[in-house]
Amino acid sequence: MKKTGSQILLECLKKEGVDTLFGYPGGAVINIYDDLVDYPEIKHILTRHEQAAVHAADGYSRATGQVGVALATSGPGATNTVTGIATAYMDSIPMVIITGQVPTPLIGNDAFQEADMVGITRPVTKHNYLVKDIKDLARIIKQAFYIARTGRPGPVLVDLPKDVQVATTKFVYPETVELRGYKPTISGNARQIEKAAKMILAAKKPVIYVGGGAVLADCPAELLQLAELIQAPVTTTLMAMAAFPGEHPLSLGMLGMHGTYYANMAVTHADLLITVGARFDDRVTGKIDTFAPHAKIIHVDIDPTSIKKNVRVDLPVVGDLKDVISKTIVALDKHADEVKATVAASQSWRDEVASWKSAQPLTYQPSDTEIKPQFVIEQLRELAGEDAIVATEVGQHQMWAAQFFRFVQPRTFLTSGGLGTMGYGLPAALGAQAAFPERLVIDISGDGSFQMNSQEMATLVQYKLPVKIVILNNGYLGMVRQWQQLFFDRRYSQTPLELPIDFVKLAEAYGATGLRATSPSEVAATIKQGFETPGPVIMEFKVAREENVLPMVPAGRSIHEMVLAS
Amino acid sequence: MRHTISVVVENEFGVLARVAGLFSGRGFNIESLSVAPMFDPSMSRMTIVTTGDDRILEQITKQLNKLIDTIKVIDFTGSDYVERELALMKVNAEESSRAEVLRIVDIFRGKTVDVTPRSYTIEVTGAPAKINAIVELLRPIGIKELVRTGPVVIGRGSKGWRQD
Repeated sequence: MKKTGSQILLECLKKEGVDTLFGYPGGAVINIYDDLVDYPEIKHILTRHEQAAVHAADGYSRATGQVGVALATSGPGATNTVTGIATAYMDSIPMVIITGQVPTPLIGNDAFQEADMVGITRPVTKHNYLVKDIKDLARIIKQAFYIARTGRPGPVLVDLPKDVQVATTKFVYPETVELRGYKPTISGNARQIEKAAKMILAAKKPVIYVGGGAVLADCPAELLQLAELIQAPVTTTLMAMAAFPGEHPLSLGMLGMHGTYYANMAVTHADLLITVGARFDDRVTGKIDTFAPHAKIIHVDIDPTSIKKNVRVDLPVVGDLKDVISKTIVALDKHADEVKATVAASQSWRDEVASWKSAQPLTYQPSDTEIKPQFVIEQLRELAGEDAIVATEVGQHQMWAAQFFRFVQPRTFLTSGGLGTMGYGLPAALGAQAAFPERLVIDISGDGSFQMNSQEMATLVQYKLPVKIVILNNGYLGMVRQWQQLFFDRRYSQTPLELPIDFVKLAEAYGATGLRATSPSEVAATIKQGFETPGPVIMEFKVAREENVLPMVPAGRSIHEMVLAS
Repeated sequence: MRHTISVVVENEFGVLARVAGLFSGRGFNIESLSVAPMFDPSMSRMTIVTTGDDRILEQITKQLNKLIDTIKVIDFTGSDYVERELALMKVNAEESSRAEVLRIVDIFRGKTVDVTPRSYTIEVTGAPAKINAIVELLRPIGIKELVRTGPVVIGRGSKGWRQD
């Protein structure tokens, strides 16, 4: 029996195991939405903005490891998805975005609600497609999911013209994917791995530097095993906060611009940097010439373009992290005595790292009168437990969350690292909560970022998604204000948010619950009440207005040249 | 440093835009680019001349390989290959210079493909350096128009591009 293009699309989604779609209807996808009524197994969540639909699919993906799927109409609906797609692309999140397009005969005619989405999204997708013939549709959807989730994952956009949605053909879902130009290297080269093991055995001051790839490759267990085997301190990027337990004695926390003193000192003094799934971003390296100046660098990554892009690398290993780390452990296990000797020889290194840790721990000036934002994060961690999923927006609150939450479980920290998208957190939390209705999901936000997608309160209430929103309200665009304070003579140009919003009333306007704390003594009680209240809750904390995120490496400086908290 | 790269891609719409976009988006240079379908018409072959140091060239080849539509990237730097470019030139041919133009064309084994009382249109093929040389010789006489294809290259020896 023949099926229409929109039916074929939905059949394909079913075959791919998609249970949740985030989207927004419109003229160019009205047929898909009509057919969606007949597919109750695919739950659709109507966000209030297409950008939020993509962020929600992204949050769903980061929390579950599955491919997130978003759907939007042509023209403005499609262009609204671009920030969401770019966010996912920079952080290598597997997603498929379906956009409607004007009918093929009208393409190129500046038709109503026409935008060249394949052109617009080319630089921010792993791959994209314009489906011109219904006969290609099933194959393209199959390829889109395959490309999104394999190799270095990423978003794939499929632009689907309206006439292709209504055309009919026999539905056959391809069993396999044939892409002669796309064969990611999964298995690490045995000789390179052997060399890596030798370098590890020769190191006296090793550091493991972990990036978001470790989360994407689902290899935190292997990573922990490697770190414990060779007793090497581990520092994680923002993207990898939950890939290595923050409370482990070998954990150095985050490195880079707002990294810990001891992580940055360890990297600066290391003689071996074992890099796994990280890409030497400028926020991590600071001044590139002085990054890890004494270290030989091993770089393990599934994407060859990440290797030697920003820094010299002594030993590249291309492959899936899980595969490479497991094989490295096997290679090391063959030299058990040497491993023992290496671990003994690096004891003085661990002592040195420990002395940095005790000299300059992550800290802040506590207060009895003002709510310190870091204190709120600590209290949240205390009351939320390890299983909670935390999404953030972008800015000071994001850095404080990374510094003070001490994540333990993988896929519990959802944050826009690469693109740094304000407005990401609320819809990402929404997506995660849709995936895990029973888990505690928190959006840690600032008063600035929250307003970039605050319309999603309506979605939370409509679908009974009990996301707990924490707003650290300082009345500023705090991170920019901090830069203005430190580098622009306190000229606070356009960073004070002059109009105080009543976030409690805002929550109530949407039919959610609003709570507010104005003094430190109210913080714990407010969080408890927020967690215990059913449904979505906004918890607003009036925090110290000019608190800074420290340590801080000024832009363009070496990472050991930090402005410290104490 | 100048590098010549061949890129075998899927012969589909939008692939050229992906390659061109990759170069412009990452700040790589394209000195010349020529593209046409291959013997197997499902594939196209691009020949790209670019400049950059070793680190940039490594990124260019890796980034090209990363494109889903890229089937093969061949960097000819340091290998033995044949390089050919075709140029068409409309050259002034007044009474006094007509014979001289033909002599130069003959030396370069070019062809005259169109003639008017005041001009010759010349076809010449060769490595880019040879084209440059004839252009320099004809420049004083007056070149009205010059069209170059950009070079195409093929490796020497019996092996085809699939075997290496």
